[in-house]
Amino acid sequence: MSDTLQSFAARFRKCPITGLSVDRSAELLIKVNAVVAVVTFLIGVLAALGLVLTRWQAIHLLDASMYYRFLTAHGLNMLIFFIIFFEMAVLYFAGPVVLNSRLPAPKMGWLAFLLMLAGAVLVNWMVFAGKADVLFTSYPPLKADPNYYLGIILFAVGALIVCGLFYASLAVAKKEKTYEGSMPLVTFGALTATIIAIISLLHGAIIYIPTWLWSMNLMPMDAQIYRLIWWGLGHSSQQINVAAMVSVWYLLAGLTVGGVVLNEKVSRTAFVLYVLFISMASAHHLLVDPGMGPAWKVWNTSYAMYLAVLASMIHGFTVPAGIEMGQRLRGFTHGTFEWLRKAPWGDPGFSGMVLSVIIFGFWGGITGVTIGTEQINLMAHNTMRIPGHFHVTVVGGTALAFMAVTYYVLPLIFQRRVAFWGMAKLQPYVFGIGITVMSMAMSFMGSFGVPRRHWDISGAQAPFHVEFHPAVDLLQAVFGIGGLAAAVGALMFIASAVVSVFFGKRVTEECIAKGLPGIPQGVLKLPSQTYKGSMVERTHKTGTPGTVVLVFIFLACFVLYYFVNWKLLSVLWKIG
Amino acid sequence: MASELHSAIVSPKGVWWSPVGTQEKRWITIAFIWCLILFAMMPFWHMKGGQNPTGIRSKVDPIEFVKRTDRFIQDYKVGEENGFPVVAPPPGSDIYLLARMWNWSPVLKLKKNAEYTLHLSSADVNHGFGLFPINVNVQVLPGYDYALRVTPNETGDLRVVCNEFCGINHHLMIGKIVVED
Ligand SMILES: [Cu+2]
Repeated sequence: MSDTLQSFAARFRKCPITGLSVDRSAELLIKVNAVVAVVTFLIGVLAALGLVLTRWQAIHLLDASMYYRFLTAHGLNMLIFFIIFFEMAVLYFAGPVVLNSRLPAPKMGWLAFLLMLAGAVLVNWMVFAGKADVLFTSYPPLKADPNYYLGIILFAVGALIVCGLFYASLAVAKKEKTYEGSMPLVTFGALTATIIAIISLLHGAIIYIPTWLWSMNLMPMDAQIYRLIWWGLGHSSQQINVAAMVSVWYLLAGLTVGGVVLNEKVSRTAFVLYVLFISMASAHHLLVDPGMGPAWKVWNTSYAMYLAVLASMIHGFTVPAGIEMGQRLRGFTHGTFEWLRKAPWGDPGFSGMVLSVIIFGFWGGITGVTIGTEQINLMAHNTMRIPGHFHVTVVGGTALAFMAVTYYVLPLIFQRRVAFWGMAKLQPYVFGIGITVMSMAMSFMGSFGVPRRHWDISGAQAPFHVEFHPAVDLLQAVFGIGGLAAAVGALMFIASAVVSVFFGKRVTEECIAKGLPGIPQGVLKLPSQTYKGSMVERTHKTGTPGTVVLVFIFLACFVLYYFVNWKLLSVLWKIG
Repeated sequence: MASELHSAIVSPKGVWWSPVGTQEKRWITIAFIWCLILFAMMPFWHMKGGQNPTGIRSKVDPIEFVKRTDRFIQDYKVGEENGFPVVAPPPGSDIYLLARMWNWSPVLKLKKNAEYTLHLSSADVNHGFGLFPINVNVQVLPGYDYALRVTPNETGDLRVVCNEFCGINHHLMIGKIVVED
């Protein structure tokens, strides 16, 4: 008996803040995946600096081949390696840790990690050796070294294994009754993310394995079919990010201000809408492709995408409303916006989460739906409007949410105080504002016809001269400054995270009691996670008037932007 | 209405399939109506609008497409500019623009308010047709003929910028279209 108890004690650690039993092997896997995520993020940021300083035509730092090499490395490290390694950490957290349970087969977790690491190293090696100058999308017949495709396949297999482990831990937790009732919303959100991940990764397998064979001249490859299936991976994988990001929003709302789930039914149904409708939405990358007809394009971008858009609009209400209600329950009941004014804006976990909601929803959502419209896409396809859009969704949205949650992961999982706490408090603002300014400048450049993925728009040695609108010069400077600010914000995050992990002071009950710096206020004193009684009744009567105002401002901007674009389209050449 | 509220890391107990609050319900209804409007706009524009990426789509062998473009150039060539043939096809005709590493050929001379069927394809890799400065963009793929009926509505000296990465000299890939009265 004492043996079992001892092995139990060796296996688990009791978290003094949340009271959860944390499986040490899950904890270690969270750590290694998070650390590698930050390393790949650093590679991505350094590449980004080169890109910003090149596309800012007044500086034009890199030569053409280095520019495309950096662009390839930037896309892969940011969109694939950083985000998916981080999501693996999220899965180990949302599964065994949140459910208070053990991680089954931790050895499989290590196998998966090693496969993913080998894949990421192989891909980066090929890219930096100049054997894969094919950009993130690697559209055939552009060809990379076979090892490049192999690296991506290894990485994807590893990620699939982690999804499987997550399901196994759900089953174990259920069977061993480590929690009562239904799984928490955060875990449910992570579950939808893994389902979308499996859909994406299967598309990835369907396309990368033949492409790998094609790169060794073993089979033919059709350019259009590649684009069709590749985007089943390329777009859906961004939807993993959305589901993971929204889960993180809910998690941080609870940890930072005791934000509540207004209605479990609504939030869970919205997550299910992502699963059901998102894969088809990848069609919006092919709206001006020759291989598919209008019925296919309209159907796949409308019924599918708009029900996923509906899901985002639902979360866009329930997350702020949950925060508002949590704040009201904590006594910030005056007027429409006291809950917002008196929110913990100095807690990077909170500010990062709120900025992520705003940047993703406002600028990202509105631009995305608009340029993803079949006809409006004629004015946006492959212009700077496209990266202008996805830098506010994936970077200002997902990456920022992941940074915000890191400020809680450091004390809760790594048990370290956050280093450079004063800087960490500023970091979400520097990063969030920088990326928003940069993306807005990119969007406007795209409206002037500036192409994406382009080393030199001056056309200096081209057979025909091309002269962009003078406003483009100004926009490039704004883009450059915003991009540099975002890079500074990213480096601030990396510095804080790396120093905390390797040299950070341990979080002890004593320093929590003293309220020492480097510990977010949700860790110092975890807000109530459940509310009962008359207070709840009263708050239900008030509802969330502040959030109602905010969502209608959002809708007004959305409608305006959408119809202005139709107006701009209507004056172009007739095309049909 | 529930008399208990909890955060997203708490397991909901009992039946949580409870009625939705009024404000939440209203927002979801409005959001859904907005999605229906988004849905309706695309078919509506196909019926009433003038700009649709429909085209006539077919598969074509890249070598065959190069031949068609050469024949087209022979038929309507009126001159040369910077080493590229300048072609002035009659209104209403089928016109060809070939993308390949790293140029667009030929230079097209079109008439304002005349309709043409513009055939786009590539001899090698993916390229992007970006008509500058009016900002019309479509994807150009090897093996596929994308034929768009186009009617220029203004005179001007336009450029065709390649906006899909197609290799090291991608940035040099700039073509020309002239629209005259
Ligand atoms: Cu090209």
